[in-house]
Amino acid sequence: MGVIFDIKRFAVHDGPGIRATVFLKGCPLSCWWCHNPESWSLKSQDIIREVKLNGKTFCEEVTVGQEIEAKEVITQLLKERMVMEESGGGVTFSGGEPLMQPGFLLELLKLSKEEGFHTAVDTSGYVEKTHMEQILPFTDLFLFDLKVMDSVTHKKYTGVSNGLILENLVFISTKGKKIYLRIPVVDEVNNTLEETNSIIQFLGTNKIQVQQVDLLPYHHIGKSKYERFGIKYRMRGKEQMQKADMKEIKQQFENAGYKVKIGG
Amino acid sequence: MTPRIKKLREQSLNAVNKISAERGLLVTEFYKNHVAFGDSIPVQRAKAFRHIIENKKVCINEGELIVGERGPAPKATPTYPEITVHSLQDLEILDTREKVWFKVGKETRKAFEEKIIPFWKGRSNRDRIMKSLPEDWHDAYDAGIFTEFMEQRAPGHTVAGNKIYKKGMLDIIDDIEFSISELDFQSDPKAFDKREELKAMKIAAETLILFADRHADKLEELAINEPSEERRAELKEMAKICRRVPANAPQTFHEALQYYWFVHLGVVTELNPWDSFNPGKLDSHLYPFYKKEVDAGTMTCEKAKEILHSFWIKFNNHPAPPKVGVTALESNTYTDFALINVGGVNEDGSDAVNEMSYIILDVIEEMRLLQPSSMVQLSKKNPEKFIQRAVKISKTGFGQPSIFNTDAIIQELTRQGKDIIDARNGGASGCVESGAFGTESYILCGYFNLPKILEITLHNGFDMRTQKQIGVKSGDPVSFNSMETLLKAFEKQVKHFVNIKVKGNNIIESIFMNHIPTPFLSLIIDDCVTTGTDYICGGARYNTSYIQGVGMGTITDSLTAFKKHVFEEKSISMPEFLNALNNNFEGNDQLHYNLVYKTPKYGNDDDYADEFLQEVFEIYYNAVTGHRSPRGAEYRINLLPTTCHVYFGSVMHASPDGRKAGVPVSEGISPVQGADTNGPTAVIKSAAKIDHLRTGGTLLNQKFSPSFFEDEEAIAKVSKLVRSYFRMDGHHIQFNVVNADTLRDAQKHPEKYRDLIVRVAGYSDYFNDLGEDLQDEIIRRTEHENV
Repeated sequence: MGVIFDIKRFAVHDGPGIRATVFLKGCPLSCWWCHNPESWSLKSQDIIREVKLNGKTFCEEVTVGQEIEAKEVITQLLKERMVMEESGGGVTFSGGEPLMQPGFLLELLKLSKEEGFHTAVDTSGYVEKTHMEQILPFTDLFLFDLKVMDSVTHKKYTGVSNGLILENLVFISTKGKKIYLRIPVVDEVNNTLEETNSIIQFLGTNKIQVQQVDLLPYHHIGKSKYERFGIKYRMRGKEQMQKADMKEIKQQFENAGYKVKIGG
Repeated sequence: MTPRIKKLREQSLNAVNKISAERGLLVTEFYKNHVAFGDSIPVQRAKAFRHIIENKKVCINEGELIVGERGPAPKATPTYPEITVHSLQDLEILDTREKVWFKVGKETRKAFEEKIIPFWKGRSNRDRIMKSLPEDWHDAYDAGIFTEFMEQRAPGHTVAGNKIYKKGMLDIIDDIEFSISELDFQSDPKAFDKREELKAMKIAAETLILFADRHADKLEELAINEPSEERRAELKEMAKICRRVPANAPQTFHEALQYYWFVHLGVVTELNPWDSFNPGKLDSHLYPFYKKEVDAGTMTCEKAKEILHSFWIKFNNHPAPPKVGVTALESNTYTDFALINVGGVNEDGSDAVNEMSYIILDVIEEMRLLQPSSMVQLSKKNPEKFIQRAVKISKTGFGQPSIFNTDAIIQELTRQGKDIIDARNGGASGCVESGAFGTESYILCGYFNLPKILEITLHNGFDMRTQKQIGVKSGDPVSFNSMETLLKAFEKQVKHFVNIKVKGNNIIESIFMNHIPTPFLSLIIDDCVTTGTDYICGGARYNTSYIQGVGMGTITDSLTAFKKHVFEEKSISMPEFLNALNNNFEGNDQLHYNLVYKTPKYGNDDDYADEFLQEVFEIYYNAVTGHRSPRGAEYRINLLPTTCHVYFGSVMHASPDGRKAGVPVSEGISPVQGADTNGPTAVIKSAAKIDHLRTGGTLLNQKFSPSFFEDEEAIAKVSKLVRSYFRMDGHHIQFNVVNADTLRDAQKHPEKYRDLIVRVAGYSDYFNDLGEDLQDEIIRRTEHENV
């Protein structure tokens, strides 16, 4: 039994093919730019949602997060089997940080592999190494988030320092797992040439093989959610990233020999 | 695109639709002078056709490579007074209505007033039909239960096969002579009728040769005065082509296209058949000619493209003939539904995609014209490159090409008893209708308003709008105590109205068979010549009559609302519910909210919500299937709306799914506008729950924002979505790629968006030419997609 807050079908940005993405609740980080603040807490939360009809506003209480058996999740995912198989897709577990519910995630991954699904785990990397290790045999692909190389800056914007994250990245790489590196590009935080250089350097030094680098330009979509969940939004004044702004960073990675996608 | 093609394209886009009195006057003159007096009806029809072709103006536009216009000039649109005669008031409406007007000049008006109307008023085929249809038909028609395709246009809906690329008109005349020689006057009671029909066909075949000769004469005349040496040589070459085809089978790429075009003009001059005739699998037909010439070095790929461009423009020069009466006022769609097929499989079942397929896809993208419309036939055997190229064109947002499942179409057709070779030579035409090209007459009879029949059921057969008891007494809805009783009553009403519809169509068909045979069209469709039987009288190898069901999403969600709220949760009583519907939810906001937001909806891959889709499908399928028409056709269903879902919504009260009075019902088998919230894979899963293989076509509209097509990888994923749907036997899917802001701006500044084409439902139309309600609906669809 675990807590999820959504299953998104026709997910086309979370790995190869057409995928179904399961969002697990709970996250050890609290990134300023997070699009899913509803994922932070491990527990389900009740919020008020406003819906308009005929110019009138209806309020309804909605519970974000649902306790669910792993088997039931698989039943839902089976609806997408045909599309996954046809498109070379699969299932992606995201969050939150899916490894915040390590036992549940492990069970989901095992059951997915029993069904023959291609599996991807979208992780912040801020997890216990043993938890990471136990999912390795059932995970085909890691979508591994890398935010900032400087530990102090990392702590400022995410709430935690990045030592453990970098260790885990090296760890899964040495285990030969396929990795898509995902970098949220945020104005005044990491959209500099120096930052990109230090990431490239880190990857090189540690001989980390990544299949693809996804650059995720920051945009304001999450703002109204913060208000709804009563969380302070700290990104006011920050500029949205335009695709054009990403060009140089993309070029830098490409020059270093990486395949780059903007937007994942 | 060469400069002259650019110019021709611009001219075609800028040409104003006009009513031309030419054909009306010629056909009036013919019948008035009794020149055919004493001839059989088919021979009269053939001679009338000849009289028009002999005397109409020959129009050759500057710089064009394919010649021939139906009217005296591009977009000069003829009328068919023997089928339906436009009154002066109709002409006034056409001239002044806001959308897609047809300008009516002073001379034209005078011709109608003094010659055409006095002769035909009360004597057209429409007059015959209206007099012959029973009262219950008129009542149901007036209530908006169904529409009728053939009250103003002739039964058509067929597509040319490959016959014309193998046989010239002279060869076909030989076949006719042979059929005449084989007639059995000793024991075939129809021998005389067949001889008359065959004589008529021969006149029609000779007439088409005459038409080409008139063009050759004109081209030679133009060549004499042509200052440019290059064009002079071209005009001479074109004259030669017109002397060779259609008299003989084509030898070159250019001849093949010119031949087809003369045949097209023959079909649309003889009558105004629904739905527009088209060349079918054009890449398969043209490839041998193309390959031969490119290999021999007598034609370049660029030249082939230029000829195709010129061919494309010819279609765009020909809007559909305008209608009369209330239909003229309401209908603002005048595309003629020529749907060119690309891809699919060969006769032997192998992958038919070839170099010509890609060239035609290039042409579709470059021309961006409303007509001809285009589609790709996608078989599991076709390469990814092919579907991805097609999806990439969809991204440009003008709605073409739509995508069809060849493997499903072949199964649909063979299930109906067709030979597998004939099925493989088939495809889809009009909006989404399956047919065997060159061998089938598959007539569309009209749209059928399924949600309206639920409304009638809920009033025990009484129509609130026309205040008449038009249905059977299927029970007081207050007495319904389960979904079963409700569905039983609904089924009774569906059967009742299908019976009325079929009876009406059989009357209409008999009238056409007796009065309006089509000897010219009969030349093209097998086996009319062999059997000496007219296309309209069952001469085609296969005959089908389709009744097109509309509003599957609306009725499915309506039934789910009853199940959940009235019978399962019992949160509202039947009388309260009916009362709320009659009051358009006034003062019942909470109920309305619950219906819209708190009721499972079709299109989300939720079995609870999709259950009644299957139930309604079976009820409708069983009500229609098994009826037979006078020409020997079997009645079958397909599920598509064109724009009729707007009209059907306008005659309805509020419906139980939360749709308010007058709002369009859902289109095709697409979910109710905005009801699908689980993404496109859930939509295709839901839509695949009906048995597409037992239909003759279904229409699924999937809206996409352009972002879904941003790069090769994204396009590949959309292509896989299509493949997934087709793996589940889905028949057709099309994409609407636009954003709402663009459309809103287009509504405000139509002048800036003259070339903006959107998918409506099964076809594309200029956004500017759509009525405001339809524009609003497309904006709503788009908004939903952007959320």
